[in-house]
Amino acid sequence: MRTKLAQVGRRLLQAVPSVIGIIVISFALTRALPGDPAVYFAGAMADEKSIAEVRVALGLDRSWIEQFFIYVGNLFSGNLGVSLNTGRPVLTELMTRLPASLELTFTGLGIAILIAVPLGVLAAVRPGSWIDHMCRVLVTAGVSLPTFFTGLFLIYLFYYLLGLAPSPLGRLDILFFPPEHVTGFYTLDSLIAGDGETFVAALKQIVLPALTLGLFALAPIARMTRAAMLNALASDFVRTARANGLSSATVLGTYAFRNAALPVLTTLGMVFSFLLGANVLVEKVFSWPGIGSFAIEALIASDYAAVQGFVLSMALLFVLVNLAIDTLLTLIDPRIGLDG
Amino acid sequence: MLRFAKHARYVLSENPVTAGAFLFFTLLILLAVFGPWIAPHDPLATNASNALQAPTWAHPFGTDHLGRDVFSRVIVATRLDLGIAVSAVALSFVIGSALGCSAGFWGGWTDRIVGRVSDTIMAFPLFVLAMGVVAALGNSVENIIYATAVINLPFYARVARNETSLRREAGFVLAARISGGSDARILATQVFPNILPPMMVQISLNMGWAILNAAGLSFIGLGVRPPAAEWGIMVAEGATYIVSGEWWLALFPGAALMLAVFCFNLMGDGLRDLVDPSRRT
Amino acid sequence: MRRRDFLKTAGIAAGASVLPFLRYLPAHAASREGTLVVVTGDGINSLDLHRKGTNRPSYQVTVNIYDRLVRFGVKTLPDGSLSYDSTKIEPEVAESWSISEDGMSLTFKISPKAKFWDGTQITAEDVKWSFDRAVSLGGFPGVQMKAGSMSDPSQFVAVDAMTFRIDLPHASKLALPDLAVPVPFIINSKVAKEHATEADPWATEYLHQTPAGSGPFKLTRWDPGQQFLYERNDAWELGPKPALERVIVREVPSAATRRALLEKGDADFYMDVPPKDAKELMEGGKLKVSGAPIDNCLHVLGLNVNFAPFDNKLVRQAIAYAVPYAEILQASAYGRGKPMFGGAEAEPSTAEWPQPFPYATDLEKAKSLLTEAGFPDGFETTLSYNLGLADWQEPTALLIQEALGKIGISVTLDKIPGANWRTAALVEKRLPMHLENFGGWLNYPDYYFFWAYQDGHLFNSSNYRNDEIEALVVETLHMDVADPKYDDNVKRMIAIAFDEVPRIPLYQPYLDAAMQPSVDGYVAWFHRQLGLLGISKVQA
Repeated sequence: MRTKLAQVGRRLLQAVPSVIGIIVISFALTRALPGDPAVYFAGAMADEKSIAEVRVALGLDRSWIEQFFIYVGNLFSGNLGVSLNTGRPVLTELMTRLPASLELTFTGLGIAILIAVPLGVLAAVRPGSWIDHMCRVLVTAGVSLPTFFTGLFLIYLFYYLLGLAPSPLGRLDILFFPPEHVTGFYTLDSLIAGDGETFVAALKQIVLPALTLGLFALAPIARMTRAAMLNALASDFVRTARANGLSSATVLGTYAFRNAALPVLTTLGMVFSFLLGANVLVEKVFSWPGIGSFAIEALIASDYAAVQGFVLSMALLFVLVNLAIDTLLTLIDPRIGLDG
Repeated sequence: MLRFAKHARYVLSENPVTAGAFLFFTLLILLAVFGPWIAPHDPLATNASNALQAPTWAHPFGTDHLGRDVFSRVIVATRLDLGIAVSAVALSFVIGSALGCSAGFWGGWTDRIVGRVSDTIMAFPLFVLAMGVVAALGNSVENIIYATAVINLPFYARVARNETSLRREAGFVLAARISGGSDARILATQVFPNILPPMMVQISLNMGWAILNAAGLSFIGLGVRPPAAEWGIMVAEGATYIVSGEWWLALFPGAALMLAVFCFNLMGDGLRDLVDPSRRT
Repeated sequence: MRRRDFLKTAGIAAGASVLPFLRYLPAHAASREGTLVVVTGDGINSLDLHRKGTNRPSYQVTVNIYDRLVRFGVKTLPDGSLSYDSTKIEPEVAESWSISEDGMSLTFKISPKAKFWDGTQITAEDVKWSFDRAVSLGGFPGVQMKAGSMSDPSQFVAVDAMTFRIDLPHASKLALPDLAVPVPFIINSKVAKEHATEADPWATEYLHQTPAGSGPFKLTRWDPGQQFLYERNDAWELGPKPALERVIVREVPSAATRRALLEKGDADFYMDVPPKDAKELMEGGKLKVSGAPIDNCLHVLGLNVNFAPFDNKLVRQAIAYAVPYAEILQASAYGRGKPMFGGAEAEPSTAEWPQPFPYATDLEKAKSLLTEAGFPDGFETTLSYNLGLADWQEPTALLIQEALGKIGISVTLDKIPGANWRTAALVEKRLPMHLENFGGWLNYPDYYFFWAYQDGHLFNSSNYRNDEIEALVVETLHMDVADPKYDDNVKRMIAIAFDEVPRIPLYQPYLDAAMQPSVDGYVAWFHRQLGLLGISKVQA
């Protein structure tokens, strides 16, 4: 167990330089954004004097280095600054929006797994057959679609033409109120509150954006499943199991798939953070109130604090997810001994 | 070499999808080179009285809000889109593999620094990083290329590093070292050619990404400058017309975009089979 | 916030009976009488207009939840739609007012019916505190107050509890109308002062999220980036009682989605409809589109005289003859604009503004003027436009680029993100050729010239300077329109603008709003925001 803890600790330490790099790069990048936020926020008819007043009020009259150290100091006290765009603390903004993004990403990932894993297994069972080629074409098509195009197309088809989907207006239809906050995931929260109506409403809203996102994630998961299954099927223990006359379903399900699950799980970590990034465009298309749409607005308005906060939280999330997956792998992989 | 050609033929005949992708790739190259001569209309010529016409024989893909011929614009856009993808990928390939090779070959601090820098870049949500770079530098074709190159860099650096460190102690490298070759020379003549095949796979996959990335940037308004024809920007502009019934504006460039990315992705797969015979089943 | 708590705080009287309705009839939300569902493209970022950084869409909140001393009247246009009336000023918090003989002091009697939401009477102290705040916080509110010759707190006097006086340094026709713009809104100063601190004497942090007003609507919920909710203030008595009980404003970034929502009946009202959608929705006939040319507003092509060869009048005129006005009106405004080209007179015979300029597309003439100016082979330049306004600016820019190419001027297009636009175009004024869309809130030609033609002023993005205009604007700006010299001065300004064309007007844009047929009483306001007063929704 100590080895495992040490491994986890080492993994954490490895992330530290990255985090420092992220802070520096995000600070530099945001300062390089063109446009003068002071001018932007001074309003429509502000003159030079009032712009200067705004500049002082926002602390933009100080040197970059000064601003950087103030920023880092604030970070350590948990203060991410105030978003110029929405006028609220960045931390509050991120905390209220993060669950929306996560719920969407997890649902998208879930859909992708449900489709991609069986496809990958099918392809691996009959490599080179037409099923294999079909799978390959299908998942590659998924990853070849620009997400915003897929999203708009789905809205047009399911909302505008067929009327099956609700209006693409964020997480809940207009007159529903969000369920009591427990996890921040509306679907889960409404279930906890025992509110079936809200659950169905929340579910309806999330299907299209999650599908858009999920399509994009099919390819890496299906590919990895196929490769891992092929490896597993070619391994000695599967051959032995087959030779022993076990049914092919048992062989597939118990022996091969279990062994193929590990590399697939590793891929999921990558795919998850990849989806978090791809979120940005999907959220914009579906008016999803997540951190991605927040970031686009902030970037366009040169809203330093908000962009920094977003990038920082995304990077931390990335590190966390990978850490969690590594830990999980360490714990379930029998080859890594418990007492080393 | 003959064995490789034979293997290539085997893979292509076994895999009709890959063969199709290579065929389409050739078509794309032809369009990129000869596009301006093939296009039936001037892609930039406006005709306000003929705006938003549905597809006809004269305009097989219809006309856009300024009466420009969508068919011609889709064809002409091939050059720009491939241009962006090729330059971005070339840039990240050259810099990424140089960094990766040195990291893998010398190890130690070089390795650590390159590793940390790639980790840092990869910890960013990549599309957001690209947005930031373009927003900071201004939107022009060059800056889109730089942004795309930056976010792809770590992948090349990683592949190159891993492949190099595997080959660092290989017999042919040791032999070259004993015969007195300098490090740089060994890297260039012995190591680099050997890591090319796995890099090719990465290149092909990245080409697709690069096109998607540029299109995404266009969608949020950080793309190529008008009036240049580019698939992503055409889809983004056309998207606003879908609800009002002018579907052709987004559909055709969208299809072209998808097919191109599709083709690169399938090619990447095919190349993987080519260079990695162990995957052959 | 818990649902029940929300209902309590929102003050919905019949909470229990409303609840199921709210939850189980989402699909028919838009068809509910008394509830208006509005979709908008831009979110608000503050409930306090005086605060630094408050964006334009947020003005809507101030317009609807606060009262002012006076307001503009409403008139019916020839096509039956309603518009504000810049010539008519009506009482709001002030039940009456008088202007001193010399025009240098305005005295307002506060209406005893003017009550804040907490039931307390609005007093002259509240008005003074609010006006002091408007001129003291700097930024845009200060500048707008200054346009009405108000810049110093000592100008505002609470004579007694119900009498308020403004002292002006000079008589000005702009002073009274400037009190009807969104900026001088009246805050409950007792509530605000309770939340003021040493560092924040004007309670900006508090009022940013918690309004304290008296207006016909209250803002009961605000989820930044998503939606906000108005509820009617049933105690409001300063005008006809509002017909709407509740208004939900949802942010929908994509214009295509906004249109779809309206067409599907999921939304009732959509403001700032792009011209193409406005035209098609109008032709579709299922929805009501209300639009009128925006007073004192022009979409123009600006030529920056600091950059050669735009310092040459002949070059500017050549370009004015090359612009494809009709195509622009057709392809980028979809006819939702009033032509401002092809005027018959080289010298204006009336002081009407805006009026068509004496230019029309004539490439021959453009070419010969260009040759005369010494550029027979043209030149190269950059045309910049605002990405945030790409729906009309991009097609316009493309058409201009193509047309100028025909007379040898090779144009590169440069799109600038909305956030950087102001810095580049208006503050630094560094764009050689650009598209601009200034509109003056106060409907006087001299007010337009003050902002857009006077040297150094914000919307003079062309860096234009003409000594005669300088003198004329200073002389005319505060002059009464009945003054015999007024018309002549304005005509002279327009004549100079005709001849020198640092700004080439393309058309006068429309402000279009689309709504369900059940929505009635929409008024087009000069501030281009949705004013809820007077809007009703009745099921046919």
